[in-house]
Amino acid sequence: MPSIRRGAAGLLALCWALASCGTSAPPFALQNVTGLLPRLKFQLTDQDDRLVTADDYRGKVVLLYFGYTHCPDACPTTLATLATALRSLGPDAAKMQVLFVTVDPQRDTAAVLKSYVGFFGPQFAGLRGDDAELTALSKRYRIAYHLEPPDRNGNYAVDHSSAIFIFDGTGRVRLLGNEGDGAQKIAQDLRRLAAA
Amino acid sequence: MCRRLPVPRTPLLPRPTSPPPMRTALLYILPWDFSPTVLLVCLVSAVAYARGLKALHARGEATGFWPPLAFYLGLALDYVVLQTYFDYLAQHMFWIHRLQHLVLHHLAALLLVLAAPAHVMQEGVPPAWRARAGTLFRERKSLAWMPWTAQRLFRIVQNPLVAPLLFVGLIFFWLTPSIHFAAMLDVNRYRTMNWGMAVDGILFWWLMLAPRTAQRSVAIGYPVRILIVSLVALPQILLGAYIALHGTVLFDVYAICGRAWAISPLTDQQIGGLLTWIPAAMMSGVAMLVILRRLLAEEAQRGAAPPRLAQPANRGV
Repeated sequence: MPSIRRGAAGLLALCWALASCGTSAPPFALQNVTGLLPRLKFQLTDQDDRLVTADDYRGKVVLLYFGYTHCPDACPTTLATLATALRSLGPDAAKMQVLFVTVDPQRDTAAVLKSYVGFFGPQFAGLRGDDAELTALSKRYRIAYHLEPPDRNGNYAVDHSSAIFIFDGTGRVRLLGNEGDGAQKIAQDLRRLAAA
Repeated sequence: MCRRLPVPRTPLLPRPTSPPPMRTALLYILPWDFSPTVLLVCLVSAVAYARGLKALHARGEATGFWPPLAFYLGLALDYVVLQTYFDYLAQHMFWIHRLQHLVLHHLAALLLVLAAPAHVMQEGVPPAWRARAGTLFRERKSLAWMPWTAQRLFRIVQNPLVAPLLFVGLIFFWLTPSIHFAAMLDVNRYRTMNWGMAVDGILFWWLMLAPRTAQRSVAIGYPVRILIVSLVALPQILLGAYIALHGTVLFDVYAICGRAWAISPLTDQQIGGLLTWIPAAMMSGVAMLVILRRLLAEEAQRGAAPPRLAQPANRGV
């Protein structure tokens, strides 16, 4: 069958073409997601009840994380890891901004957020938004969260993403990490972004 | 993931009230990520087919009961998995993502091909438009390359060696962990992946299942088709089994971006693997039966003695 022979020849050529375009090794310790997600953009209110947008944090390396203050494990450990990473940066830490966006704005009022993020350091901001703002942001960065059924006392947990999205000073997405990467690796990459 | 009982720090507020039922219903039906392309393609196909049916009925030509049903069912399935709340679930749960691809690449594609809707849809296009499109591509020299290229491309992807490799290759490609990771983050990659699955499914099953009389430039004998559909089942079984039986999480993007509901990552992966393994491979069985039926029908038409298999006594009817 000549068509089979022709197909085989074409496939061989394709394999050769694919093999010849080599990929360079990823230079960052965290997952490099440059270009995979849209630029940083949002409109939320911060822990002082001020309206803030992404433009307010231009020039800083932004670490975006979704969580809630009643979170028993993932959020405090993630934020503590980030605090450790920032402390190890020395003067570069001033170029960093952690944005903790609550997925539980019902319980996380501005006051609650203020005392919570204040515990981790001056580079930490707590942001909240209404349903539409939060949905827009979670869709933009493709994260999911949902409320678990409440217990007898009305307490409920929220299942949410573990992602730390890292943007450079221009608002371009660069890296994706999580608490499991550890403070050292995170600090190492942040230093490089701060130098750029 | 935060799931343990929280210790309240502030006076408890009531749990956010769930949205009214009307809004919930809309949430499930309205597109999660609205794509004008999907809407337009589905709508135009549906309208063209409906108009074609009407035109054929007016001329007294039979269209049968099953082909229209298969066509609309296939089209509706494609639309639902691409443009409703299902799409949100597919983005945030591995096994629903596998179910989405099972529909796009296998089930809906198979239904659309069995309906063989091209003839009916062509009847549905207003004759004036059809004539104008014909002259446009024939007379405008600058546009002449388009049908030529489309035909060439069609021949390449319908090559008996390329088509099955493409069919299986796409599944393996998008399930390569690093490629899968990027596809679930980047909207463009995600859409390319899903469109690719839907289109490739139709192309592949068309090559395998269409009656030889309906295929023009490319046609493969029925025995070769049976060989191809059984061969494509094998790598799908191996890949599905590999995913289902793998002891560690292969696709970490769902944990990083959050799952649609609480489920153990390994359970999610196991169900996803099973969906890649069993129903996908079963489609090859279904396809084999269809091909066998075409083979027998053609033999009978040629007046040759039908093989023993086709005799009622052996079918136990």
